[in-house]
Amino acid sequence: MNLALRDVQHNLFRFVLTCLGLSLLMAVVLAMIGIYNGLVADALNIVRAPQVDLWVVESGTKGPFAEASKVPPETRDAVARLFGVAEAGSITYQTIEADHAGSTLRLYVIGYERGRPGGPLQIAEGRNLQQSHFEMVADAKTGLALGDKMRLGRNRFTVVGMVRDTMNSGGDPAVFITLADAQVLQSQLAPAAARVQAARGASMSEQATVAAVIARLEPTADAAALGRTVRQWKHLQAMTQAEQENLLIRSVVDKARRQIGLFLGILLSVSAVVIALIIYTMTMEKLKQIATLKLIGAPDRTIVGLIVQQSLVLGLAGWGFGLVLILAIKDNFPRRVVLEPLNVAVLGAIIFGVCIAASGLGVRAALKVDPATALGG
Amino acid sequence: MAQGKGEVIVDLKGVSKHYGEGETRVDALRALDLSVQAGEVVALLGPSGSGKTTLLNVIGCIIDPSAGQVALDGEMVFDGRWLRRDLRRLRLDKIGFIFQAHNLLPFLTALDNVALVLHLAGRSRADAQARAQELLDYLEVGHRARAMPALLSGGEAQRVAIARALANSPRIILADEPTAALDSKRAGIVMDLLRKLASEQDACIIAVTHDEKIFDRFDKLFHLRDGRLEQDDTIQAGDPQ
Ligand SMILES: Nc1ncnc2c1ncn2[C@@H]1O[C@H](COP(=O)(O)OP(=O)(O)OP(=O)(O)O)[C@@H](O)[C@H]1O
Ligand SMILES: [Mg+2]
Repeated sequence: MNLALRDVQHNLFRFVLTCLGLSLLMAVVLAMIGIYNGLVADALNIVRAPQVDLWVVESGTKGPFAEASKVPPETRDAVARLFGVAEAGSITYQTIEADHAGSTLRLYVIGYERGRPGGPLQIAEGRNLQQSHFEMVADAKTGLALGDKMRLGRNRFTVVGMVRDTMNSGGDPAVFITLADAQVLQSQLAPAAARVQAARGASMSEQATVAAVIARLEPTADAAALGRTVRQWKHLQAMTQAEQENLLIRSVVDKARRQIGLFLGILLSVSAVVIALIIYTMTMEKLKQIATLKLIGAPDRTIVGLIVQQSLVLGLAGWGFGLVLILAIKDNFPRRVVLEPLNVAVLGAIIFGVCIAASGLGVRAALKVDPATALGG
Repeated sequence: MAQGKGEVIVDLKGVSKHYGEGETRVDALRALDLSVQAGEVVALLGPSGSGKTTLLNVIGCIIDPSAGQVALDGEMVFDGRWLRRDLRRLRLDKIGFIFQAHNLLPFLTALDNVALVLHLAGRSRADAQARAQELLDYLEVGHRARAMPALLSGGEAQRVAIARALANSPRIILADEPTAALDSKRAGIVMDLLRKLASEQDACIIAVTHDEKIFDRFDKLFHLRDGRLEQDDTIQAGDPQ
């Protein structure tokens, strides 16, 4: 006869309610972990998407993600000619707001040269850009669908392909267009003063810059040595992929990451305290019954089993329902929620530990209770 | 039963119990002697605070006496210190408790409340349930076996609690105001039942009571005064056999 189970059955409604509360709490914790992971993953995604080894940017900047960077477009040829460089491509990044179907979309526009590094990694639906103008590949989170037409600047673009999970560190979904289109868009959206200057033909070179030149290297090439070479050129500097990733994590997502990280820590502590409290009060309410059990001769094993089993069932149910809940709703979050099996397992282990610790407190109180209290008077 | 009547089952010699020290010291029991034989049903009387519950708790090995000797069912269990380490096992095997409030476990059915003590004593599940049902039938609450304690009437709950106290055929049954929750008719029935059990199972019953209407159901009446026992011969107790 399993006393823990029988007690749960007897107070089923209350138990289910407690489990539900706990699982909501667990769902929040898991969501927070997922958001934390998602933030880091998204930020790195955009840096990893072009799959390159070297980033050539304007000297003195942390471009193109942490700071703005402007590089003359000829740089690409210079980089491509370097010994050890397999491929090089120019790329631009800009965040714009555009109207579509009655709502305003915030888009992260990536302009790249077709046939060179920088384009979408994996097309989920449709195809890659094939014409040099007015086609785009959009991230699914933009809400756009294949075949949709939308106006960017003064031109209408057709969505020919869809990608997933491509967005900047601010969570704005990406769209890919050709470099030429992107440069036109840049000039069209430039401040009025700049446009007037451009109309006078004053600074056409200004208009034609790119954000960075990216390069894939031969397997034998030395990225650091290449970087040193580039740094000798005027106004340019180079970063390896690892440096770029580090820079992004440290300067762009670091605050947000620490913010969420700290909040996650607080949330975990709160959960631990709540679980401990639930289990402890659950045991305290049973002290009289435990005294009765002792009086009729039940061994400690029976009493400890009653408390520990119940708290484990509670913890397990809370964790399990919480996981189901978050898996069910995680795709509805506006930003990516990434749950690694390891995170879920670690949370499970933490909850397990908290349950054991809390029932340890309960067990201590239970073992101390005097069987005489069952007699009363 | 192997043992005969007249055998001493509960034997207390010079038992003292005090609570606290110094200013707050309360001497609940002072060098008290008590001897109860198999088949006997005895009552403990006394004003509130006279030490009746304390005495039951000492016999039930629930609290430590301050001094003296306690022998239960022929075994010396306390002589200045406990001689048995596993007092809970001793209680499980030899002592049945009947509380004033029935103290049934609220999450088990009437049947399982009784079966639990049999189960704890090592009986198989089926065996425990069969014996529990038998006991409930015997106490005329068999029809309520599947009910949860909260749904039982006071008298039914008390009889289930008695069934639980009797489940392992203990030789000592301790009852603290067992009839306080019952009307006088039911109280009489319960006492008759306890008497019957005592003689059939060769057990002794020690009950605390204030209820004068049931005094005649006891073989002996003991008054607790100043931590000592005095046997009361003025009231004609019932027929011991
Ligand atoms: N745990 C304890 N700590 C201190 N004093 C206690 C404790 N238990 C009982 N006492 C004291 O010991 C004395 C005897 O108490 P006991 O409970 O045995 O009385 P009783 O005869 O059962 O009374 P009642 O008829 O009210 O139930 C009382 O003065 C009581 O205050
Ligand atoms: Mg009392």
